[in-house]
Amino acid sequence: MKFIQIKNCYKVYKNGVTAVADLTLNIDKGEFVFVIGASGSGKSTLIKMLYREEKPTKGIVQLGGINVGKLKNRTVYKLRRKLGIVFQDFKLLPKLTVYENVAFALECIGMKNSEIRPKVLKALEHVGLKDKIRSFPNELSGGEQQRVCIARAIVNEPKLLICDEPTGNLDANTSKEIMEVLDTINNNLGTTIIMATHDLEIVKRMKRRVLVLDSGVLSKDYEKGSYRTSESV
Amino acid sequence: MRKEVIEQVKAFRILKNSIRDSLKSVFRNFSLSIASVLCTTITLILVAIAIVVTVNVNHVTKSVEKELTIVVYASREVTDEQINNIESKIEKMNAVEDIDFKSKEEWKLEMKQYSETLEVTLDNLDTNPLLDSFVVKVKDVKDLAPTTKEIRKIDGVQSADYGEGMVEEIISAFNIVKTATIGMVIALVVVTAFLISNTIKLTIFSRRSEIDIMRLVGSSNISIRLPFVFEGFLLGIIGSFIPMIITVYGYFILFEKVGSSSTFSIVELIKPFPFVFFTSLVLLVIGALVGMIGSARAVRKYLKI
Repeated sequence: MKFIQIKNCYKVYKNGVTAVADLTLNIDKGEFVFVIGASGSGKSTLIKMLYREEKPTKGIVQLGGINVGKLKNRTVYKLRRKLGIVFQDFKLLPKLTVYENVAFALECIGMKNSEIRPKVLKALEHVGLKDKIRSFPNELSGGEQQRVCIARAIVNEPKLLICDEPTGNLDANTSKEIMEVLDTINNNLGTTIIMATHDLEIVKRMKRRVLVLDSGVLSKDYEKGSYRTSESV
Repeated sequence: MRKEVIEQVKAFRILKNSIRDSLKSVFRNFSLSIASVLCTTITLILVAIAIVVTVNVNHVTKSVEKELTIVVYASREVTDEQINNIESKIEKMNAVEDIDFKSKEEWKLEMKQYSETLEVTLDNLDTNPLLDSFVVKVKDVKDLAPTTKEIRKIDGVQSADYGEGMVEEIISAFNIVKTATIGMVIALVVVTAFLISNTIKLTIFSRRSEIDIMRLVGSSNISIRLPFVFEGFLLGIIGSFIPMIITVYGYFILFEKVGSSSTFSIVELIKPFPFVFFTSLVLLVIGALVGMIGSARAVRKYLKI
């Protein structure tokens, strides 16, 4: 069975907008998949359905054998504990240090302090921020803040890392650094990564599987390395 | 087995963290906390006043109701047999609690003692002008009118009367006061719950991003909600301190003033002990519950997915 299975999935918002229409796709364990498309093409909706921020109106979204759309509100947290999520706007707590921000994710799920410490340090090592653990988010650059978010996302060793335009706020060089971090996580930890992005430069350079969404419909599905510069989105 | 123990330890840790976070939050959002506490304090003072009024009105009504009696006079030509008949008939009525017979001779003796003029007049009369009588106590105020009517029908009864009209008016007025104050208490409690929930909504609004992140990293709804519920609980408890103190001291003072003043001699207040402590406990519980419910309501909105 595939790790992620989406079958004939529709999402219609209350205001009548169809964000995703008849989407069917499979993603294997350990894959690194880009989701690209113009604004309003349904990228974010697809991402949100994966971590059950939105429920599909019709169809099935299955994640590691769990039908995500059928989850009850009060059990959603069990799914979230198995996922890591990274956003464009970081979502760090300004009053907590880098260490505390990452540890927060584990405190929230009731882990013991003595277990939290080694995990947090390991995660921060993965993103190369071990020397900044006492800094506060506003003392860091955008790229560093995003790396803290990635550390927080992977600290509980999730099988799937969901990234919603993680480089949207960053310049080209910093974006490159972030992509390197994600690449190592994918290679070394075997974490499946799904990343929505606008940045075609990154997509071209990474040579991974690319899903192209066009007004809610999956218009192209490029196998690893087959995406070419000439394609327009 | 081991898994259960781990779950219990986890639950305990979540509880501990919740209490710690709620304490922090009360101080961090100090001005908003003060606002919540003040609105709880004010409404609880009103609630306390309402409780004092209701309970005392109830008390006075009860003592008035205890005095509900019907006075029955037998006709002049009544025989001893008829007297016995009347007494047994009245005794058999369901609504009657107690019946007391007083013969005309007894009345005469009593009246003679009352004043000298009466004594002389009564002695100079050949026959006894007074009537045999019964004093009938009924169980409930509602029984007064129908029982009186029934007694009037009995053979040999000349008249049966009670404080018609007035008694019922007093009691119905008291009942209105009682219902009004109870309604006020309920309304006030609801209003306080809304105020607290709004105040906590404001504190939550400033912590929305924190809740967002907690949800994203997989906090269960309960562990997100608990700190806020504790916070509401704390605010409610703190808010009920001043009303409790006012109730205890205020009622003691009121009791002394009313007890010693002659204008209020008809009004008999309930003894302050243990009433004030019971009332304070009620205030504390209302404060705590209202705080908890208000805040639980406020967070719910942010937990919907």
